[in-house]
Amino acid sequence: MSIFSLAITVLIGVLFFVAFFHFSNFLLDYFRVRASKKFALENSIRVIIFIAPAFIVLFVFILYPVFETIRLSFYDKIGENFVGLYNYSWAIKDPDFKRSIINNLGWLIVVPTISTFFGLVIANLADRVWWGSIAKSIIFMPMAISFVGAGVIWKFMYDYRGPGDQQIGLLNAIAVALGFEPQAWLTIPIWNNLFLMAIMIWIQTGLALVIFSAALRSIPNETLDAARIDGASELKIFWSIIVPFLEQTILVIWTIITILVLKVFDIIYAMTNGQWQTEVLANLMYDWMFRGGGDSGRGSVLAFCILIGVTPILAWNLYRHKQDQKV
Amino acid sequence: MKKITFTSVFSQLLLLFFVVAWIVPTFGLFISSLRDKDVLAISGWWTSFTTTEINEIYRTEGKDAQIKEGNYYFIKRNLFDGGQEKEIFRFGVTSKNIDEYEVGETALFKDQTEITVFENGDYIWKSEEEFKKKKGKRIFVSAKSPPTFTLDNYKEVLLKEGLGQAFLNTLAVALPATLIPLIICSYFAYALTWMKFYGRDILLATIIASLVVPLQMCLIPVLTIYNDFGALFGVSAKSFPGIWMAHTGFGLASTTFLLWNFLKTLPSEMIEAARVDGATHYDTFIKIVVPLSIPSFASIFILQFLWVWNDLLVGLVFLDKHPSEIILTAKLKELLGSRGENWEILTTGAFVSMTVPLFIFFSLQRYFIRGLVAGSIKG
Repeated sequence: MSIFSLAITVLIGVLFFVAFFHFSNFLLDYFRVRASKKFALENSIRVIIFIAPAFIVLFVFILYPVFETIRLSFYDKIGENFVGLYNYSWAIKDPDFKRSIINNLGWLIVVPTISTFFGLVIANLADRVWWGSIAKSIIFMPMAISFVGAGVIWKFMYDYRGPGDQQIGLLNAIAVALGFEPQAWLTIPIWNNLFLMAIMIWIQTGLALVIFSAALRSIPNETLDAARIDGASELKIFWSIIVPFLEQTILVIWTIITILVLKVFDIIYAMTNGQWQTEVLANLMYDWMFRGGGDSGRGSVLAFCILIGVTPILAWNLYRHKQDQKV
Repeated sequence: MKKITFTSVFSQLLLLFFVVAWIVPTFGLFISSLRDKDVLAISGWWTSFTTTEINEIYRTEGKDAQIKEGNYYFIKRNLFDGGQEKEIFRFGVTSKNIDEYEVGETALFKDQTEITVFENGDYIWKSEEEFKKKKGKRIFVSAKSPPTFTLDNYKEVLLKEGLGQAFLNTLAVALPATLIPLIICSYFAYALTWMKFYGRDILLATIIASLVVPLQMCLIPVLTIYNDFGALFGVSAKSFPGIWMAHTGFGLASTTFLLWNFLKTLPSEMIEAARVDGATHYDTFIKIVVPLSIPSFASIFILQFLWVWNDLLVGLVFLDKHPSEIILTAKLKELLGSRGENWEILTTGAFVSMTVPLFIFFSLQRYFIRGLVAGSIKG
């Protein structure tokens, strides 16, 4: 499509929604003048105008699909015949599934921990040097890059040429310079997972960093100064004052990154597509959505597993929301 | 002035280490995208700032270029045919000994003809008999090449590899997929904050629950709906409006939540005063709430826009891989598969896909961070 027709399509799409709200409210106001007594009715129509589009979208794209996916997990590949727990028993026996669960657990332990830790350390370091804000910008920058873009960046870093050839991947060039054999990093089972996780850490450390930076400002300076006057070392201050003070923030960042990691798809899909034992649930799920014409039963089971993973966080969020509402 | 202590030096060094480690991968990609593709394939990007030594093979001209001077036949031309700026320092005439001769020396071919190669690529090939072959001979040269950068790769990917079209497609996906949720969610969030209706609390709890529902839970049923819809009306199941609505759906909870979080901080007296004065909710929304929410809109716009721009999964599922629909990330992934060894294409393509996010990042970083920090409260 040409630029022109794309622009027109875009404009029509957006204007449609603007027009909907404008004209429906306009009509309501118009009729209100005629029948001004029916105030309650007017109000409820207005509520409907305000929430209906969002609610319909929420229902069609989130609420209905969640229950439909759970239902489909008990049906066969075309979603027509009830098969009970067959898909679940398939999953338990499937080696790819087992691999995915193990890898996802690995991701869940490594990525949030290291990202949060790095973010916290860098936020602290950046606070005490004059070029801290530039440093923060640079470390935060990968947050703006797509996972696929990051995938290309790191695939280039991990590039492998046979021994003797000039290495064009930085990691192998360093390895060779230090006297080691060059390695095809992404094809070494188990370890390659760490090289993939590094990409996610590279991206998410920035998120942790900016949130910690914001939170660090809320630590009263008097407390820190008092500790310094008492002769506490910087390391001691970090562990005994800053970390306990940021406990809530740490928890929040941890959960954000955890949710993200559970859904990790793009990096695996772009870098290895699950080969060399790097499979994860989201990639396996995508695979089954289309493999052999698509198997909605198996795909749904895999999606459901991801949902189960986030359920504790979901429950905790709802609990906190309820607490907030009470105040 | 603070005094320089071990701790402060150590802090600086440690931070410097992180900064270097974080910037180097992106920097390497950027530099590589500007390098000549032949050089890129055989040398690391970090060598591109210094003069490099390369071995190359050239071919001399054939008999058509010969001239006769005295008793000898000569071919006097330039190996590089002008153009390139390289400095030859050694050369050879057989593949067994490619750097046999110093530049300026005269080498002997098997057929007893003589050739002299000069630093700038000029050569004089001398023979007692007339040159008979149409094809020239191979000359092996070791040359020093000064650092050169080129925009050729960008021309190549944007025009020939179809990344230019993919860029437009992504824009056509991302703009509406950001604006539509912003429009409908702002009304929704207003209703959740300032309107009283039955079921409001349940709706709010639903939004909070939806925040963490993984996208994967929704893909199969939504795709089925699209396929049925497409079949029913005889249209394609994969279309731009389709993906706009999909992105709207998947971004709805977070957009609503962020807006709701902001709206409830507005003073309720102000809204109520307007209502008492007889303003409808619509007037209140348009004339009071929207102008006050502009900074918050900006933050949410950036978050959602970057999310959509960088998304791969939704684009793969809800758009065709046809050139007129494929988005940048999907195209890039396709290139990773088909042109896995063509690093000039990949690095340049990746950098093209990063231009808009990086521009937004550097120009609107404040709003981006504000949005993230506000969003982080949701957990």
